[in-house]
Amino acid sequence: MSLVARHLEADGIPTVVIGSARDIVEECGVARFLFSDFPLGNPCGAPYDRPMQQAIVGFALDLLESATLPRTTVQTPLRWGDDESWKERYARVDPEAAEALRRAGEARRAAQTRAKARGGSA
Amino acid sequence: MSGRASATTHRSFVSYIDRTREFYAAQGYDRPYRWSRHADAPLASLTRPLAESRIALVTTASPWRDARGKPGSLRADKQVWSAPIDPPPTRLYTDDLSWDKEATHTEDVESFLPIAAVQALVRTGRVGALAPRFHGVPTDYSQRRTIEQDAPELLRRCHEDEVDIALLVPL
Repeated sequence: MSLVARHLEADGIPTVVIGSARDIVEECGVARFLFSDFPLGNPCGAPYDRPMQQAIVGFALDLLESATLPRTTVQTPLRWGDDESWKERYARVDPEAAEALRRAGEARRAAQTRAKARGGSA
Repeated sequence: MSGRASATTHRSFVSYIDRTREFYAAQGYDRPYRWSRHADAPLASLTRPLAESRIALVTTASPWRDARGKPGSLRADKQVWSAPIDPPPTRLYTDDLSWDKEATHTEDVESFLPIAAVQALVRTGRVGALAPRFHGVPTDYSQRRTIEQDAPELLRRCHEDEVDIALLVPL
């Protein structure tokens, strides 16, 4: 999506990206980025929290007007909650899961090899 | 100063680049995904006040379908797509995207495609208008396809809708 934002900007359409994967968006480099430090999935606010969602879109519009340089990141002042354990859990490879992940990867590669041998696509 | 202070020894936000690399390395993939990186970024200026601007909404979600996508095929047959904002979609398909399925859910479309929130700001006069349709852009491992096909197609649709600004929300 960041690549798409860059394409629109290059053609003269100002953009703002609202997202939660800060490093991915910032490495790609966009004009304006509103960072929601939330679990991936709800960058515009917690489900059914209309006041929060309203506030986030408001911040995004403010950013459209205020940014004077590209790669302007603004972080919303909103928090997902006191429990931030989701940050540790997401796609975390813990020792108990490591063996299962290794086997899953092997199985997927084997399936892809078989599909290629059949001339199909995996 | 007000507010709570605390201390840290690590970044307080998740590095998804690190997390995905480690996750796939654990599955035996030894060539990490190469994320897009640029030294600079284009910046377009507003051509008219926000209160007179028409805004486009863009999502990475797909039209709602009950059947699950083909496992392992992020792109599948997805293309840039568009749908009316009125009536707004009550569900969109997101199962094939990488988001935190343990911590949250995507049953509330407004949590990632803020149609009602923008409409409320149109009513207050903060922004001029919301385009009558929103757009979807596939998430793709292939940056070339995004750059050569999807981005130009989205731009074409933005011109067709005569929008002045765009709000893009990746899940």
